[in-house]
Amino acid sequence: MTSPDDRTLTETGLPPRGRGRILVIACGALAHEITALKRANGWDHLDLACLPAIWHNHPERIAPGVRAAVARHRDAYDAIFVAYADCGTGGGLAATCAELGVAMIAGPHCYAFFDGLDRFTARADDEIAAFYLTDFLARQFDAFVWRPLGLDRYPELAKTYFGNYEKLVYLAQTDDPALEAKARDCAARLGLDYERRFTGYGDLETALARLG
Amino acid sequence: MADEEEDDIILSELPDDELVPQMGDDLYDGLKDEVAEGVNILLERGWAPYRILTEALVSGMTVVGNDFRDGILFVPEVLQAANAMKAGMAILKPLLAETGAPKMGKMVIGTVKGDIHDIGKNLVSMMMEGAGFDVVDLGINTDVDQYLGALETEQPDILGMSALLTTTMPYMKVVIDTMAERGIRGDYIVLVGGAPLNEEFGRAIGADAYCRDAAVAVETAKAFVARKHNQMAAG
Repeated sequence: MTSPDDRTLTETGLPPRGRGRILVIACGALAHEITALKRANGWDHLDLACLPAIWHNHPERIAPGVRAAVARHRDAYDAIFVAYADCGTGGGLAATCAELGVAMIAGPHCYAFFDGLDRFTARADDEIAAFYLTDFLARQFDAFVWRPLGLDRYPELAKTYFGNYEKLVYLAQTDDPALEAKARDCAARLGLDYERRFTGYGDLETALARLG
Repeated sequence: MADEEEDDIILSELPDDELVPQMGDDLYDGLKDEVAEGVNILLERGWAPYRILTEALVSGMTVVGNDFRDGILFVPEVLQAANAMKAGMAILKPLLAETGAPKMGKMVIGTVKGDIHDIGKNLVSMMMEGAGFDVVDLGINTDVDQYLGALETEQPDILGMSALLTTTMPYMKVVIDTMAERGIRGDYIVLVGGAPLNEEFGRAIGADAYCRDAAVAVETAKAFVARKHNQMAAG
């Protein structure tokens, strides 16, 4: 099973293959990681559908999008799991999932569950000035950060947006020297210190492993 | 050809009734040097600082705000325009107090504890100052003691709180609840704002109003302050 390209995952998402008892409805930014976990663990009972990753920048679209996806697919599966954290919905996604009777991942966002919610929470007070990237967001930095903030047109605004930040923390799911170089470059472009923290798949793996 | 003509505009040669709209265009386009130049020209022509502020800067920024609300302009362009307005305000600010500009009231504002995002707060501060409010900006990552300390020392009409994160916005309720515990909640108008907030959240935490953007914040502040003054006059 191969994942589609990042651009498709960003803008369109991914339809399910129609194989497996349990459907995981995920953010497109998690497609590569969930696909890798499925392959590594032989989780053939899981099917995967992804919603557009760019909703990371438009959290108001997430809960309605998940609601529509659950309605579209629920008759074809024994169960549905939502591979999102709160992701800026202000509790809206949790309320939607509770109403629909589907489970989701705990925590504020993917940075937290990759890092491990307990560890992330414990560090929260010390890292309020940290800007996070994951593997996907490091690869798609221009599409998710640079262009939407207008920094391609007005690079001088980086100080306005990121002046209160101190460091960029790259939460790495994989060991990839090229991606590490890219993340380091992202930090330099934003004028921030750089730190790499290898997380692996964190609580994402734990949550998916529980889906029997 | 059109570009050449635009490049040829010499602000100092424009009469007032052409210069002011041109400054509005320059502000809209984020041209801070041109806006500052226009402000200086109007001062030299004897315009009162308050008149320049309202007729040349605030009116221009109102167009920017309306176009942002209507989806014509986006955040980067608004920030460029705001920087241009700031350049003009920097010239006018010291002159406004000297020339007896009208005062609408006073606001203490800050981004809540755990949150370092201040773009929205800074826009509100600037527009409130443009509307004639004194603004005491507590900055970012503001805890309840800092808010309450500033209320005591500054005695503002309004407390403004801002948050960008769903994880930090509940802290606004901590501040409002603490004000209530100390019996001072009714002494201040509490306005809240930030991308993840909405009116329902504002009501739920006991704020007086949620303000969707800087322009709404100014109008809401004016309305509440006017109501407060009317009540005091009636009382």
